Amino acid sequence: MALKIVKGSIDRMFDKNLQDLVRGIRNHKEDEAKYISTCIDEIKQELKQDNIAVKANAVCKLTYLQMLGYDVSWAAFNIVEVMSSSKFTFKRIGYLAASQCFHEGTDVIMLTTNQIRKDLSSPNQYDTGVALTGLSCFVTPDLARDLANDIMTLMSHTKPYIRKKAVLIMYKVFLKYPESLRPAFPRLKEKLEDPDPGVQSAAVNVICELARRNPKNYLSLAPLFFKLMTSSTNNWVLIKIIKLFGALTPLEPRLGKKLIEPLTNLIHSTSAMSLLYECVNTVIAVLISLSSGMPNHSASIQLCVQKLRILIEDSDQNLKYLGLLAMSKILKTHPKSVQSHKDLILQCLDDKDESIRLRALDLLYGMVSKKNLMEIVKKLMLHVDKAEGTTYRDELLTKIIDICSQSNYQYITNFEWYISILVELTRLEGTRHGHLIASQMLDVAIRVKAIRGFAVAQMATLLDNAHLLTGNTQRNGICEVLYAAAWICGEFSEHLEDPMQTLEAMLRPKVATLPGHIQAVYVQNAAKLFATVLQKHEGETDSQAAQETSQLLIDRLPLFVQSANLEVQERASCILQLVKYIQKLQQKNVEVAEEVTALFAGELNPVAPKAQKKVPIPEGLDLDAWINEPPSESESEDEKPKAVFAKEEPKHYRSRNTEVDEKELARRREVRKQEQANNPFYIKASPSSQKVYDAPGVEHIPVVQIDLSVPLKVPGMPMSDQYLKLEEERQQKEKAERKKKEKKKKREKRGKGRKADSGPESEEDITPAQHVDIVTEEMPENALPSDDDDKDPNDPHRALDIDLDKPLADSEKLPVRTHRPEVLKSPAEDRVSESVPPETKKKSSKEKKEKKKDKEKDRKRSKEEKKKKKKHKEVEEELLESQPEEPVQSEETKEAAAPPTSTSAEEVTVPSSAVETSSAAVPESEPDEPKDTEPEDTKSSKHKKKKQKKEKEEKEKKKKKRHHHHHHHGEAGGEDSVQNGTVEEEEPLPPMSNYSVLAENSFIKMMREDAEQVYDIQGNHQDESKVVVSIIFENKSDSFLKSMEFNVLDSLNSKLQRPEGAGPHDGLTVPFQLPPGVSNEARFVFSVQSIVMPQKLKGTLTFIVKSDESSTHEKLDFKLHFTCTSYLITTPCYSDAYAKLLESGDLKGSSLRLEGINMPFHHLLARICFHHHFSVVERIDSCASMYSRSIQGHHVCLLVKTSDQTVSIDAKCDEPSLLGNVLDELKQTFSKC
Amino acid sequence: MIKAILIFNNHGKPRLIRFYQYFAEDMQQQIIRETFHLVSKRDDNVCNFLEGGSLIGGSDYKLIYRHYATLYFVFCVDSSESELGILDLIQVFVETLDKCFENVCELDLIFHMDKVHYILQEVVMGGMVLETNMNEIVAQVELQNRMEKSEGGLSGAPARAVSAVKNMNLPEIPRNINIGDINIKVPSLSPF
Repeated sequence: MALKIVKGSIDRMFDKNLQDLVRGIRNHKEDEAKYISTCIDEIKQELKQDNIAVKANAVCKLTYLQMLGYDVSWAAFNIVEVMSSSKFTFKRIGYLAASQCFHEGTDVIMLTTNQIRKDLSSPNQYDTGVALTGLSCFVTPDLARDLANDIMTLMSHTKPYIRKKAVLIMYKVFLKYPESLRPAFPRLKEKLEDPDPGVQSAAVNVICELARRNPKNYLSLAPLFFKLMTSSTNNWVLIKIIKLFGALTPLEPRLGKKLIEPLTNLIHSTSAMSLLYECVNTVIAVLISLSSGMPNHSASIQLCVQKLRILIEDSDQNLKYLGLLAMSKILKTHPKSVQSHKDLILQCLDDKDESIRLRALDLLYGMVSKKNLMEIVKKLMLHVDKAEGTTYRDELLTKIIDICSQSNYQYITNFEWYISILVELTRLEGTRHGHLIASQMLDVAIRVKAIRGFAVAQMATLLDNAHLLTGNTQRNGICEVLYAAAWICGEFSEHLEDPMQTLEAMLRPKVATLPGHIQAVYVQNAAKLFATVLQKHEGETDSQAAQETSQLLIDRLPLFVQSANLEVQERASCILQLVKYIQKLQQKNVEVAEEVTALFAGELNPVAPKAQKKVPIPEGLDLDAWINEPPSESESEDEKPKAVFAKEEPKHYRSRNTEVDEKELARRREVRKQEQANNPFYIKASPSSQKVYDAPGVEHIPVVQIDLSVPLKVPGMPMSDQYLKLEEERQQKEKAERKKKEKKKKREKRGKGRKADSGPESEEDITPAQHVDIVTEEMPENALPSDDDDKDPNDPHRALDIDLDKPLADSEKLPVRTHRPEVLKSPAEDRVSESVPPETKKKSSKEKKEKKKDKEKDRKRSKEEKKKKKKHKEVEEELLESQPEEPVQSEETKEAAAPPTSTSAEEVTVPSSAVETSSAAVPESEPDEPKDTEPEDTKSSKHKKKKQKKEKEEKEKKKKKRHHHHHHHGEAGGEDSVQNGTVEEEEPLPPMSNYSVLAENSFIKMMREDAEQVYDIQGNHQDESKVVVSIIFENKSDSFLKSMEFNVLDSLNSKLQRPEGAGPHDGLTVPFQLPPGVSNEARFVFSVQSIVMPQKLKGTLTFIVKSDESSTHEKLDFKLHFTCTSYLITTPCYSDAYAKLLESGDLKGSSLRLEGINMPFHHLLARICFHHHFSVVERIDSCASMYSRSIQGHHVCLLVKTSDQTVSIDAKCDEPSLLGNVLDELKQTFSKC
Repeated sequence: MIKAILIFNNHGKPRLIRFYQYFAEDMQQQIIRETFHLVSKRDDNVCNFLEGGSLIGGSDYKLIYRHYATLYFVFCVDSSESELGILDLIQVFVETLDKCFENVCELDLIFHMDKVHYILQEVVMGGMVLETNMNEIVAQVELQNRMEKSEGGLSGAPARAVSAVKNMNLPEIPRNINIGDINIKVPSLSPF
């Protein structure tokens, strides 16, 4: 043994170490690759040795080679071996190599779990440290799950060195294993106040990183951070906290108000530029969040702008850059304060540093006004001429277009000027943005009708001088402009002065060198021009000229017919045939112009970019369904070649339409095969067949024209500058005129005092040069108002959007390995788990959670708005002041209890959390919400009472206010109509529970929530929707209930979702056991195909009753009833969209009368909202319109009217059977009461 | 979050690469090339922030770099990091290197890439800033080095001896490196 070691170390003397390898590579500059490959061979030999030192040395060298770009993943297993060495030296090498080259796809990572766990619990802190560092780089979901608990233990390690690493790595663990966030969070929060500054900094770091992505969940930490901010002296920590506040303030404006003062102090006091800069940034964020509500913060804005100006003027380029960056943030909300520094920013445009120039450009975007647009653009055009290098120039070009086109050409007063700017931009060599200019030209020409004449003239000149644009192959990008030019000239050809000349220009042989899609537009628009020319000539009864035009087309079009581009060829041959036919008619002296023009008649309207997306899919249209059943393999194979012979197609289609029996088909196929086999000219479908036609065309290609490479001034093109002068003159004149008028006015109004903003300088006063009618873009008629943010569904941070204030449930504990004693349970956790009601929350799928979150957000928002309306902010503030320690938390509970009904609703005690405190006013049922508040309430019932009192006061105030309101607007009538969603109550609503007993026996009671959570699965299964049913199981006996199994007999339409591999008749195990007297909730997912009919499913629950002496097997039958209502989702709808929907006429109506309803109207509405998932669109007196949407997108509209005791409901829906069923259910609801 | 830390010399040769997000090796090399291309054409008196670098990430990311004599230190960070803070962090890192290697120069980084990694590990962990206090960083690095030395023992000794012999025979070390000013100058700290 000893001998072996000695031998090993002697061998090692001849191994290269890292230094030797590096030296070797440096000495083999010529044949580096070869040298390295021999080294890799050596390394492979070394890795085969038993000696761990040799292996470690080899792995160390591999790490170096990895940096040079060599794939070393083949040695992954050896790396794991070195990682598991007992010596720190080698372990460190192993972990370093692993952190450099392991990733989620590395399969050997599976093997490391136990090794890492061992290292984490090593007595040597550096073993632990190295393992943590390594793990932070290659943690996978599996590792995160298995090690989360161990790392959490380390967060309370005695050594700060380990603590801070453990805290930091938790962020990575959360990302990979989101379920760990809630259990670990209390401890993480503790670490914010760790005595060691490093640990504290790490905790701040992690929480900031978390909060940046999902700020709303961390609002409750604001007071703690506020304390840290005022006490900490560590600039790193301060910067992080201040950045975090920047993310939080938009959600909680009151926080911003508190922040302004300490931040201003910091700005004045700190000497660290980094801190100063971040303070300014956050103050800006605060000001932005306050901009709507608070008027007087001009001092803070001034301070910020002033500090930023100092930064921008600094000689340090970094500060200049950052100053500009921050300036652009202010610009969004306070453009005026930035605009006064225009000089400074224009100066930055001349900076030698490109980063700074780009920043300054960004700022310019927000600084333009009607007054200075032309001037700024002129400056930019100068820069365009000077700009060296294409990237910066392209950037300038896009910026010019951005600046001009922003907010619907708001700042352009003279579109002639803009068109000439665009035309000037076409002279840029080698820009990539030809298409951008083209689309602007198209947009302006289409939407600004007044400019068409001018635009067409300009485009005609462009077409005439097309050779200047296309000459150089380098400048290809710009030829896109011709696409726009040709189209505009064609479409608006009535404005052309000399259409014949343009037509001639469009049919020049040179055109054939343009890209195909442009040629296609040329050809098509040549036809349009042709129509115009014909009409012109026939109007003048000049048949000679008309015939000449036809001849021109017949002469020139064949060039395009030979084009290799399919689109060009097709269009050209179509039009050629048409013209030939026209020529024939002309020769017979028939007037054709009218008919030819009719081909292109009709105005094109601009369509909004999202219009297509917003067209609702018509009911019954399934885009995934086959229109015709796909033909069998063999058939399709035979048919493919057919496509070449277009003439045969129609015949074939006809035969398909008439139903032909199989035999006939088979016979034909046979014949066809025979034919193909015998036909020597039969060619398989491939583009190469085209070449046969191409060959003779070569002679027709003309000799390329000689181009001047220097862009000459295109003759006849106006310079944009002249417009600037004109505009100035015009404004001057107008100003003078206005002054005259004003003087007059002044004389008249003298005594009354002038309004401040009527000065001649204000924006609105600058009148546009031409009358401009910017056509708005069209939207489909029944487009729904959906503000669907296109969030990236793959963002890992979405999974971390978890409510952290909710108490922990048992099921959420981190997985602990069973053979270990349960060491950790932080005091916070203990407390929390005690106070949790015994039911566990079933973990639901992420998708659902997110949806709920969204709903919650919506609700919060609507509530906030409501609150604002009622103007009882002051009251809230009082509350805030009274509990400075936890303002946000109290806010939340208040929110849950805010609706005026809550007091009465809370009195009703239905088993477990069946009462939906909040849902009475807000129709979305949120089973989590009451759970949120309950433990807190029990914690401090005194507190609650106080709050309730306050609420009552609030309510009264509110009432008073509303009365007041009524007085004011009594005459206005419609003023007190309710918009969107929530119903405001005049008096408290009766409690409503949406749990109903499903089945019950002496052992167990099953209650089922009426309002299932419904959601669609988008993507593959568009025809299937999923419905989640929550069922509460309550143990009524004295015995222990276990092994519960839930099973349902599937129907054709609805199926219980079973885990993969389970048969269709297998039951689902209920994931908990029930001790006596305890109830718990479980959720089951059903997939439903058709939702227009209610469904009943039979089911059984089997369970084992275990008492001290015996255990028996019991079962309970139940019937699950899926009402049509349960497929409706409460969807808010705006009244205009609602009106459009009704107008569209796609909906079928039905109505219902209910007699003897003697409940207040708003109760009735609330009931419909609550039980049937509708939302109120608008309510006027005793009439309300309501809306809901099914999970498959059916719209359901109700018009509810009441008079005396009769309620009439007119309903409309695009699916009559669904409507009928919903109405039946409505009727049932009201017959019950 | 820091997404990547790259150190390369004036010719674009990587001296240390540390990605906190997985990229395949060829992609890594491409990123290095692109980053070098972006950074190297900038004057020394322009700002140290660079937007873009399409390979590494979208608009949320920035390149923040410093140029010391022959070496570029480039950090790719997202918007959660303070720009000036990262500049200071680079300074802290370089000063730490200076302390640990005693007058650090490019050669130290070339021959002791592993050691540089170990130092970096004490500054940044998994893309997040771990420690900014230089004394603390140096202390931890030295403690670990001492531990490594104490473990050296039997198996370490011959290797060291051999490498000492090898180094003795090689006066060509400086000859191979044709760079004049090799020391990384550490300018005085900006107030932080």
